[in-house]
Amino acid sequence: MANAFLSIERLTQKYPDGKGGQFTVFENASFGIEKGEFVCILGHSGCGKSTIMNILAGLSEPTSGVVKMDGQQISGPSLDRGVVFQNYSLLPWLSALKNVTFGVAARFPDWTKQQVEDHSIAFLDKVGLSGDAIHRKPSQLSGGMRQRVSIARAFANEPKLLLLDEPFGALDALTRGTIQEELLKVWSGTDQTVFMITHDIDEAILLADRILLMTNGPLARVAESVEITIPRPRVRTDIVENPNYYAIRNHLVQFLGKRSAELAGQPSEGGETHSPETIRIDKTGGEVSAAPLLQAVKT
Amino acid sequence: MELISENKRAAIWSCALLLVGLLVWEFSISTQQVATGELTEYELLTGAGTAKAGVPPPSEVFVKAWEELSNPFYDAGPNDKGIGIQIGYSIYRVLTGYFLAALIAIPLGFLIGMSSVAYKALNPFIQVLRPISPLAWMPLALFIIQDSEASAIFVIFICSIWPMLLNTAFGVAGVREDWVNVARTHELSAMKTAFTVVLPAAAPTIVTGMRISIGIAWLVIVAAEMLVGGTGIGYYVWNEWNNLDLTSVIFSILMIGVVGMLLDAAFGFVQRRVAYVE
Repeated sequence: MANAFLSIERLTQKYPDGKGGQFTVFENASFGIEKGEFVCILGHSGCGKSTIMNILAGLSEPTSGVVKMDGQQISGPSLDRGVVFQNYSLLPWLSALKNVTFGVAARFPDWTKQQVEDHSIAFLDKVGLSGDAIHRKPSQLSGGMRQRVSIARAFANEPKLLLLDEPFGALDALTRGTIQEELLKVWSGTDQTVFMITHDIDEAILLADRILLMTNGPLARVAESVEITIPRPRVRTDIVENPNYYAIRNHLVQFLGKRSAELAGQPSEGGETHSPETIRIDKTGGEVSAAPLLQAVKT
Repeated sequence: MELISENKRAAIWSCALLLVGLLVWEFSISTQQVATGELTEYELLTGAGTAKAGVPPPSEVFVKAWEELSNPFYDAGPNDKGIGIQIGYSIYRVLTGYFLAALIAIPLGFLIGMSSVAYKALNPFIQVLRPISPLAWMPLALFIIQDSEASAIFVIFICSIWPMLLNTAFGVAGVREDWVNVARTHELSAMKTAFTVVLPAAAPTIVTGMRISIGIAWLVIVAAEMLVGGTGIGYYVWNEWNNLDLTSVIFSILMIGVVGMLLDAAFGFVQRRVAYVE
């Protein structure tokens, strides 16, 4: 793990609790992400997912611990780490296209105006935005279209690591489905490494190579790393037929419903490192390393 | 009635109100009769036979306005200049004082908006200086600057600085954290962030402050010019009052209103240009 593309080592975040003491959100969290991997992190509110995201983005500093990317310790925000925020964070006085060129021009300062614009238009096209719509202001676009612009802005910058902070949280279920598929389309064919926060189990299974599960806060930790053993390319309607789908889904539901609370609040002993336990569920003929959690419905 | 749009109906009402107002004014004045009949010698001596100086009817004001506006830029000595020249002097003073104020208020407002230490350090001074009537500065300005023209400009400067300063600080402090984070994740320099993110984000608030300031500056210039004298629309009003030429007084009051409206409209236009919908 120490040699992973992105390695998070013994990350700890504490806040003063207002009573002279300290409130530990998470302690000694360690995990790694390989290059080109799509990793989702699932956990209840308050477990520190967003804090981890902000630390990876360089927008806030951990109390202790380091994050290394490509062997280099990160400090502060960087164009190498692109972020898609939950509330889109488009600049409302710029058109959709200008919001993307804004980022591209910052990323590639040597490019001509024409190059910047062509590159931006190409990426807007990939998320299904073209023609008149790209010249509209964010306020004239629907929520789904705004998030598409935000995704285009992040991908157009071709960052080494792409951070998605609940990008579909504010969208209705149908729009969410469409944009998830568009995200997969943009992502496949690149070797873009993606780290995404989500609350949605089905979304995580559809998108991720691996799902990190966090226990409840305070003293949260990344308890498990669940491999998604469903082959790509994945289509929403097809993956539900895969025998692994419900096995994985049930494992996740059990974790979030029960075990995230049971495992919560255990302080680490003697500074032990909390590495997540790898879980591989494969019912297509491979071995099953976790107990099957499918249960017959009693009638 | 449904065939006529709301705007047209409003315009018809405005015209009707204007017409009624002018007619009432006109007829209430022409009923004031000059004393006639036998006059005693005493009455003749005290001027009872001549028409009393009264508020002129609108017809006279129109004649005066036509006369003045058909030749606005004549200059026949210190006490007899065209209305265009007088207004020109006033606008020159307002704009000079105003832009000097903007030059200081907007960068300083940026500083105060971005740094809470700067805000806390400067706030007591702002709170004490802001409520001072700009004309109260006049004696001090006249003594220190020793020049009535520059003193008038200083008074405009001091009255228009506060709304711009406070609105800039408020607008800059209120820029959404997310937008600043967008700038940070794109590795923009502090200057680039200020110009491409903070300035456009705060622009509507800043321009609102500028609009309030220009309104106040135009209110204050009339009073300031009444004090310093020489030229300008404020001096013109006071001079015509001393001449007991109420027709000119009413005409210049109207002109002050029209110019004030145009200045406000110009900033209203800028305000619409920088506005955005979140």
